[in-house]
Amino acid sequence: MRPVYMISGGITKFVKAQPHKDFRLMVREAYDYALADLPGLTPETIDGSVCSYFSDHFTRQVMAGAMVQDYLGLNPKPSRRVEGGGATGGICFQSAWEAVASGRHEVCLAMGFETMSRVNTWKGNEFIALASDTNFDYPLGGFYTGYYAMMVRRHMHEFGTTVEQMAKVAVKNHGNALHNPFAQSPAMLTVDEVRSAPMVATPLTVLDCCTMSDGAAVAILASEEAASALGGTPVRITGIGSGSDAMRLADRPHSEVLILPHENPEDYEGLRFPGVHSFRGGRMAARSAYRMAGITDPGTDLDFVELHDAFTSSEIQTCEDLGLCRYGEGGSYIDSGASFLPNLNYGLKFSGSEQWRPVPVNPSGGLLACGHPIGATGLMQAVFAFWQLQGSLAKHLGNSMLQLPEPRRGLIHSHAGTGTTITVTIMERV
Amino acid sequence: MDPRAKLPESEEGTVLFNTDPIVIKDHYEIDYRHSYAQDSPFFAGLARGKLMGSHCQGCGRRYATPRGHCMECGSATTWCELPHEGRVHTYTTCYYGSESFLKETPYTLILVEFTGVDTLFLSRLVGAAPEEVSIGLKVRARFLRNCKFKVTDVYFVSA
Ligand SMILES: [Zn+2]
Repeated sequence: MRPVYMISGGITKFVKAQPHKDFRLMVREAYDYALADLPGLTPETIDGSVCSYFSDHFTRQVMAGAMVQDYLGLNPKPSRRVEGGGATGGICFQSAWEAVASGRHEVCLAMGFETMSRVNTWKGNEFIALASDTNFDYPLGGFYTGYYAMMVRRHMHEFGTTVEQMAKVAVKNHGNALHNPFAQSPAMLTVDEVRSAPMVATPLTVLDCCTMSDGAAVAILASEEAASALGGTPVRITGIGSGSDAMRLADRPHSEVLILPHENPEDYEGLRFPGVHSFRGGRMAARSAYRMAGITDPGTDLDFVELHDAFTSSEIQTCEDLGLCRYGEGGSYIDSGASFLPNLNYGLKFSGSEQWRPVPVNPSGGLLACGHPIGATGLMQAVFAFWQLQGSLAKHLGNSMLQLPEPRRGLIHSHAGTGTTITVTIMERV
Repeated sequence: MDPRAKLPESEEGTVLFNTDPIVIKDHYEIDYRHSYAQDSPFFAGLARGKLMGSHCQGCGRRYATPRGHCMECGSATTWCELPHEGRVHTYTTCYYGSESFLKETPYTLILVEFTGVDTLFLSRLVGAAPEEVSIGLKVRARFLRNCKFKVTDVYFVSA
């Protein structure tokens, strides 16, 4: 496999509803943004594309990817659609990586979208819940928030995680988004506001959950040769990993923890894994991506993380899966402030623990605050990570509040189902 | 050939939500012939007041939610009857839900664990206020008298 670089990216602003634009035009806008950002890049230089959107139900159009391809004027070049629930965007990014790494394409376009506003929120929840076993899970309530609520309830039971710790994730991510003009719901929140918001599924309130969105994002990947010919500031993709687990929560094993290089099996004596409290597929994805990128201690080797915080609880659980802290420490980790941006004021008091090196998690605002147009989400994370590593956030966001000084290496994490499919990708400054 | 051919007009209109852009109501509905296939004995069991799980003939694992082949070793499973009493492994009370379930809110979901069974079973807990539910609570299966051949034919109450 040969080295692969991300050379440009673009996103639309994520919004609740965008009825004036269909999915083709939304992708077009993100695509034009990416082309404009790298003058050497023209449609002629693109060899093919991968398109991601989650649900034919939301789109009400099968083979919508083919319609995007023609709208961008890329016929008759090769194109295909990939789908993997909430991880669809992450899978799309990795598929484009495969196309370039294998030598099939010199330059490959990864493009994704979702138009979720075409149905009401509760119908949308129904469509999403069709990504749970339709014989054994869906008929009980067909509600993803309920599934995640059961998972975090067990996490609280196993590890003592609190709802206040979860609320701090919402405070952080909405607060970060105040400086991200692409974000759907920036807000200065307090823990009390999160807890007193309407209850959706105990213990998750509406502010513990991301919203549905319309939006699109693209990432353009290239070989080393193409990247240097096209100029700009490419970012290298150094690690790719993915993992899976049983669709039904009920079927998840209660076995031994998958260990990362910096951990020991003795750390987890007596802990049954993943149960319903952790995401084994996320651990698997991280482990493979770390091995490929040569990461031995993620807390030391990573400078920031953009992860799939569809719920505040899943950010806490995912920080553990990624090894930023150990299993069971996700709550104390958020309390410590290690995952917050050091230059922003969130109105929170941190625990003062210096057990963990600061690694901002979801500096963009994540899904909670940016929105979650499913097929675009994983690519949105790639674009924010790309800009962060380029040092170009000021140019794209109009301010440098979210720009880290000299970030070297970042991680993006895309997640589907209740942890059924997960991708982890490592990106590095060249 | 008839150059004055006309399509017949109809009296049906279109529901319009907006004119800029034009947003119309587009109805979609379908009835499937949905087969439970190899899982059918589970649903037949519900009609007889039985909870049927799977027993792996390769590694001996017992599954509370049935599956024809073992997730761990890949061997075929046989049917086994599950106990009617178990414990709450985790729970939530949903105040919202998908459109089809909104009218049933609030409802409580539980994952049930059974002694001697390696996996869990998702069900509804009935007859308990949200604050009365806790992990470890002993629960007992009840069955609808008028079987619908849905997983919701079984539900749990406190034991
Ligand atoms: Zn087996």
